[in-house]
Amino acid sequence: MQDRTNIKVEARSIFKVFGQKPDEALGLLRDGQTKEEIFAATGNTIGVQDASFEVGEGQIFVVMGLSGSGKSTLVRMINGLIAPTSGQMLIDGTDVANCAPKVLRDVRRSKIAMVFQHFALFPHMTVADNVSYGLKIKGIGADERRRKAEEALAQVSLGAYADSYPDELSGGMQQRVGLARGLASEAEILLMDEPFSALDPLIRRDMQEELLELQRSLKKTIIFITHDLNEALILGDRIAIMKDGRFVQVGTAEEIVDRPADDYVAAFTSDIDRSRVFTAGSVAAPAEALDIRTDTAETAIARMEALGRDALHVTEGDAILGIVAYRDLSASLRENGGALQDALVTDFPKVGRTTQLFELYPLAESGLPIAVTDRKGKLMGVVAPQDVFAKLATPVAA
Amino acid sequence: MFSPSDILTIPLADWVNSLVRDWLVPNFRPFFRSLQWPITQVLNGLDGFLNAVPMLLFTAVLAFIAWRTAGRGVAIFTLIALAFIDMIGLWPETMTTLSMVITSVLFCTVIGIPVGILAAGSDRFQAVLRPVLDIMQTIPSFVYLVPIVMLFGVGMVPGIIATIIFALPPIVRLTNLGIRNVREDLVEAAQSFGSTRWQMLWDVQFPLALRTIMAGLNQTLMLALSMVVIAALIGAGGLGLTVFTGLGRLDVGGATAGGVGIVLLAIILDRITQSLGEPARMKKTSLRATFANLFSSARATRAKEA
Repeated sequence: MQDRTNIKVEARSIFKVFGQKPDEALGLLRDGQTKEEIFAATGNTIGVQDASFEVGEGQIFVVMGLSGSGKSTLVRMINGLIAPTSGQMLIDGTDVANCAPKVLRDVRRSKIAMVFQHFALFPHMTVADNVSYGLKIKGIGADERRRKAEEALAQVSLGAYADSYPDELSGGMQQRVGLARGLASEAEILLMDEPFSALDPLIRRDMQEELLELQRSLKKTIIFITHDLNEALILGDRIAIMKDGRFVQVGTAEEIVDRPADDYVAAFTSDIDRSRVFTAGSVAAPAEALDIRTDTAETAIARMEALGRDALHVTEGDAILGIVAYRDLSASLRENGGALQDALVTDFPKVGRTTQLFELYPLAESGLPIAVTDRKGKLMGVVAPQDVFAKLATPVAA
Repeated sequence: MFSPSDILTIPLADWVNSLVRDWLVPNFRPFFRSLQWPITQVLNGLDGFLNAVPMLLFTAVLAFIAWRTAGRGVAIFTLIALAFIDMIGLWPETMTTLSMVITSVLFCTVIGIPVGILAAGSDRFQAVLRPVLDIMQTIPSFVYLVPIVMLFGVGMVPGIIATIIFALPPIVRLTNLGIRNVREDLVEAAQSFGSTRWQMLWDVQFPLALRTIMAGLNQTLMLALSMVVIAALIGAGGLGLTVFTGLGRLDVGGATAGGVGIVLLAIILDRITQSLGEPARMKKTSLRATFANLFSSARATRAKEA
């Protein structure tokens, strides 16, 4: 799936048991007992069971689950705040689950930064000192720390607040400081533990967009924890759904919404806004077009009948000239035995492959099929108006 | 009527006597004596210094400190209170008491904060420490005055050692509490950026626990002040001796004067150390508020002595 050399974070069969008898609990787990049975037998809680995943450079990997699903535990095992009971956690090839404290400290200093749900800003330090905390730990001098702090604050548009204290800022601003603190350390991997959950919905949207905006230029490897599936679908290149410490499904947003692995995932995806998940490309039918040079009105009608379509696009080479509808074509054929040219409508709806479905609503109103084109304008596929709405309908569980 | 002592009597007093008198004292007296050395040095230096500083200069400096830390009201109170102490003729005694109290608190801090930090880092150590602190706080101080006299002799320094035993628990407890109460996610944040234990303690835990630790220091100071009369029993001087002498001679005036001196000193030190723990942004105590607090504070100090 991915180029092995670009894997930044790889978890291999990670287990975490909380309690006094982890080995016993692991044994029971391997024997197929459930979380509840193991708790009853040993008093130990299964935090994470058999989590394996890979995150490639520059990806946003979202772990989505409800509270108690083990997602916060999982993210803390990536930078060793919690040690796994068994399994390996490779950061650029270094196994942080089984290494000396000094090695772990070096990985934390140079490779991983973390953003916390409740911001976790140090209240006794100024915003600039908070942002440059990771640099101070590394022993970098005050002048350079200040310069880098200002750079990072400028990235989250808080340049003017370097000398304020965290409690003087609003929640959204505080989390930007938290983000700037992660950016300032110049770590390539960013762990974000429900960073936007404590914010108001409107500010949350802004922050999500800002994160995506930043990510376009920074290309960090981000592991993002959330309990909000919409957030996961907006941000994630790949999404893992977690339940009872296990990955239920891992895939892209479209895969998860389109083919939920089980009822649990299906229940989640049932009330999300599907029009923001699916793109024109996902509902497009294969491109079928008429050629202005070879096709006539008669052959056009014959093709439409054969394909069962009401209208077809007309092309000349790679360029789309317009669209002809069956109704118009047959009318003009009756009246004047006309050519294809006469029925051609040159004002037709056209979108790119990645256009989201909700943007197709106004275009679908014309009743004409929507042309899906590539960057050069070549016809890649066709979206029939009714297909847009068919895709939005939630599949009813059988 | 039957009682358990018919079957068995335990000669606890004899056992303790033989333990302390026949074993501890002959074998370890030189060792305990050597423990006195650092305390003697600090105390003598401080006592000599404070008694050498002219009254007006000392008053001005302390009032300035009060003004900078606790505000104008406390500063004015300090001026008036110290002038009053001088006018009732107890200035040298007050300086001696102050040097005793500062020495005790200094050693309590030097011992107490590291012990508190260790306790915050280890549940096991905390579990061992807690009953020890409980005993130190509840055992009547007269009980340990006897072995202290046997091991250290009489005088100022044994008085200070008794004071340290009595005044140490709050600073240990509150250092432990303060560090344990630092928000978990702040500790995680510091860890996640690769802090060493020392960096975390110094940059995050200690500064954030400082308010609580200062509250512990304040309590330790107040307890140390409340020990000055008891310490006078084993030969410590100062205001405590004035009160003690007044008691012996039924000199109610002398005892009262000494008591007033202790209370005034307590109020000044209490206000200054309390404000050290407050964030810099909210430091304003008016003169009226200071006087309004005066009675509640004096009552609190007395309650602690009782």
